[in-house]
Amino acid sequence: MKSKISAKGVNVYYGEKQALKNISIEIGEKEVTALIGPSGCGKSTFLRCLNRMNDVIDICRVEGSIKFDNLEINSKELDVVRLRENVGMVFQKPNPFPKTIYENIAYGPTIHGLVQSKQELDEIVETSLKKAALWNEVKDRLHEIGTGLSGGQQQRLCIARAISIKPEVILMDEPCSALDPIATAQIEELIDELKNEHTIVIVTHSMSQAARVSQKTGFFHLGNLIEFDSTEKIFKNPGNQQTQDYITGRFG
Amino acid sequence: MNNKRKNFLEKRYKSEKRFQLFGLASISLALIFLAIFLIKIFSNGYSAFTKTWIFVEVNYDRELLLLEENPSSEDLNNADYYDIAYQSIIALDPEVDESSETFLIEMFAYNYELEIKNYLKKNPSDLGKIVKLKLTASDDIDQINKGNYPRDIPEENRRVNNYQLKIFDMLEARGDIINTFNLSFFTNPDSREAELAGIASSFMGTLFSILVCLVFSFPIAVLAGIYLEEFAPKNKFTDFIEVNINNLAAVPSIVFGLLGLGVLINIFGLPRSTPLVGGITLSLMTLPTIIIAARASLKAVPPSIKEAALAMGASKMQTTLHHAVPLSMPGTLSGTIIGLAQALGETAPLILIGMVAFVNTIPGSPLDPAASLPVQVYIWSESAERGFVEKVSACIMVLLIFLITMNLTAQIIRHRFEKKWS
Repeated sequence: MKSKISAKGVNVYYGEKQALKNISIEIGEKEVTALIGPSGCGKSTFLRCLNRMNDVIDICRVEGSIKFDNLEINSKELDVVRLRENVGMVFQKPNPFPKTIYENIAYGPTIHGLVQSKQELDEIVETSLKKAALWNEVKDRLHEIGTGLSGGQQQRLCIARAISIKPEVILMDEPCSALDPIATAQIEELIDELKNEHTIVIVTHSMSQAARVSQKTGFFHLGNLIEFDSTEKIFKNPGNQQTQDYITGRFG
Repeated sequence: MNNKRKNFLEKRYKSEKRFQLFGLASISLALIFLAIFLIKIFSNGYSAFTKTWIFVEVNYDRELLLLEENPSSEDLNNADYYDIAYQSIIALDPEVDESSETFLIEMFAYNYELEIKNYLKKNPSDLGKIVKLKLTASDDIDQINKGNYPRDIPEENRRVNNYQLKIFDMLEARGDIINTFNLSFFTNPDSREAELAGIASSFMGTLFSILVCLVFSFPIAVLAGIYLEEFAPKNKFTDFIEVNINNLAAVPSIVFGLLGLGVLINIFGLPRSTPLVGGITLSLMTLPTIIIAARASLKAVPPSIKEAALAMGASKMQTTLHHAVPLSMPGTLSGTIIGLAQALGETAPLILIGMVAFVNTIPGSPLDPAASLPVQVYIWSESAERGFVEKVSACIMVLLIFLITMNLTAQIIRHRFEKKWS
């Protein structure tokens, strides 16, 4: 399968402390890549390298090469606004803007100038919400505050917001960790749908979730990428003892 | 449960009770002081909101006024009212001797002639008629009527002599002394005569100063706050600036007054004694308060909201202006109002830039000379007349109401904010 993002020799430092050590990984187009590993292993740090969200942290330094198609992500000349237009993100805690549901979705297309008329914007809002399987629940209250929705709905609203600008890649940082099992199932179903049009990288603590939704899985431990292979292989026949121990619950 | 454990628990409960008691005691003490303060102000000041008038029959004699029939308003304005005013007042006592006439006149505010003239200007048809008019009583009569002056002390120690007291009692028995709401306290500018002095000039002065202060400090402070919090690199230089802003907030206000005097008036040549200079000087004091409030409320915006906007591809400026600033605005605004409320009560810097001058006109713009409410309190508190004592307290009451209104507004804004975003 064609590679969408290819990282080579990525090192990340928080001040003196090295958080990621020489990570190389190929993320395939229009498939779901899961990153698993114990807390503090660097999987979220790696995810945040892919849309340069680490820029927000002053002491964070990223070395190495991350190619998005042919674009070097980890370069000073890169326009992060353009990058993030193509690499969307869904966070661990649902974080809709404290604005109306409509405004939440309309924000991205508006700032990127993707629409010319109110009608087009309405359409984008509707299709985004439909794709995020939220339309039926909120179509009668688009102008209510987004933060008034339930946790699962808020997270789907965030997903709808992310896909409103049709990014090629969607990064998900433990999107279900704040949600109940029913909402989690809905989001997983949604991820399955979304992979037809988007490349998805998901960080998760739940190994069963990784097994359910992903095609490829990477196992991180102490800043190292221990093993990266097809999900089936990782869960059925891991090549590394540490991976074996982790997925069978012996540590983590 | 063994005994030791029981004792320990009892001790814990006791110390908790003791702690609550101390808290209650300090609150009660604070409330008692506040109550004493308010009662004192109110009991001194409430009488300033009423005013004593004396009814006088004024004979608008056309011949004495040297006016023709149906005079123009200009003629009415130019006529000499001294004679009819004088005659009307001394007619209060038919047996008055020449030496006592001045005593009668002194029972009225010095502008009695103007009051008589103004009535006729408003009612020109009363020319030639005898009209019963109410004229402002003098400060001394006012105080006697309100019971603020003791009457049972020797005559030479009294500001009102026996003859005036006799006339006052006679007029009161006739019902010709009345007490009404003191509208002129709110509509008159300052005056050397307590019975005519009002807060119009100082109130407008305060209003203009606060507006100028808001216009100068708010935009500068908000922009500085946003830049320092969201954009400025975190290095030694910005640390230095931050420390200095906090220091600035603690600088004694009189220093800002000297700055206003030295820079605004002497170097830039702005007109002294004006709310423009006063407002700019006050804005120097308000600036750090607003900057600190703006930064604190920007810091309180959840980082997850900023991350959400950044991840959507919003630029740093869009993230700040579209999300952080609107969310921080209520906090910034209530900080601004609290800063302005502080500025409202400032006296020292305004004295230095000359807003302590005696101003007997009502300012129409920030460029006209004016006093301000706290300075007015200061000016009046230096005057000896009993009439000014009550006015000081009344002025303080107006100032307090002004302050309470502003703080209440801040509270309401903050309340709205909590409702909307939680």
